[in-house]
Amino acid sequence: MDKSMNVLIVDDYRTMLRIVGNLLKQIGFVNIDEATDGAEAFEKLKQKNYGLVISDWNMEPMTGLELLEKVRADDQLKSLPFIMVTAESKTENVLIAKKAGVSNYIVKPFNAETLKGKISAVLGE
Amino acid sequence: MSTNEVKEIKEQIQELLTIIDAIRKEVSEIKQAKIQKIHMPVATDELDAVVLSTEEATGTIMDAAEKIMEMASSVECEASENIVGEVMKIFEACSFQDITGQRITKVVKAFKVIETKVNSLLLSLTPIDNLAASGKDSDSTEKPVDENDKESLLNGPGLPGNAMNQDDVDKLLSD
Repeated sequence: MDKSMNVLIVDDYRTMLRIVGNLLKQIGFVNIDEATDGAEAFEKLKQKNYGLVISDWNMEPMTGLELLEKVRADDQLKSLPFIMVTAESKTENVLIAKKAGVSNYIVKPFNAETLKGKISAVLGE
Repeated sequence: MSTNEVKEIKEQIQELLTIIDAIRKEVSEIKQAKIQKIHMPVATDELDAVVLSTEEATGTIMDAAEKIMEMASSVECEASENIVGEVMKIFEACSFQDITGQRITKVVKAFKVIETKVNSLLLSLTPIDNLAASGKDSDSTEKPVDENDKESLLNGPGLPGNAMNQDDVDKLLSD
């Protein structure tokens, strides 16, 4: 796993951005950017080369699911690893995210081990 | 029908009218404006304040945790790694603020539904000129999930025992 890759965290809760950012730093990632909704995230993804997106679902004006759909529909970004980290824990949510092409799905609240495990599963050890 | 039976029915209708009249009087004394302008805003403002204060407290905890982590990483000893490990647990625990924030938003939505229901009840029981028009109606804060209705997918955290855990999610993804 190349830990020097650019990682984008997307969440409308400042606290969650800090939590995920700190957990990523602890895992060893150093190049971490943040966005507070899907639209801002998509803009950043178009401007810079990212190796991983970790996104919340429930955000306005563009949700994490809409961001995922936009990413998968974009020729340049369609194979970008995308992990959804969300409190939305209904079966339908997981299935819809899976159908939209999510790489992995983490239910909040989560711990560092879960995040690390899912990142490893998506990017390879 | 005998005269006595007719008399009895008239008396019962009269009794019903008296009860309805009493209900109308009681309902007209309920200050709808007070519910709309004082009680509901106070309840939602208080809940907003809860979110704000937990956010501030979480920020302070995280500031301190980040400083501890910085200090621990600048010291070369065995304890340093353990300290960082414990600080990570603080970070993990701080995610409660996101979850409580989303839960409180659900409560505020539920309040709005109750407000609408109370208004509808008042409208049906009091003269129209005494009441302001009621807002839109809804039976629930949580819509049934519909793939084509993106808003119905946003329900926030489920209650313990009602929500899927990470193992359930992993199983669904691997199926």
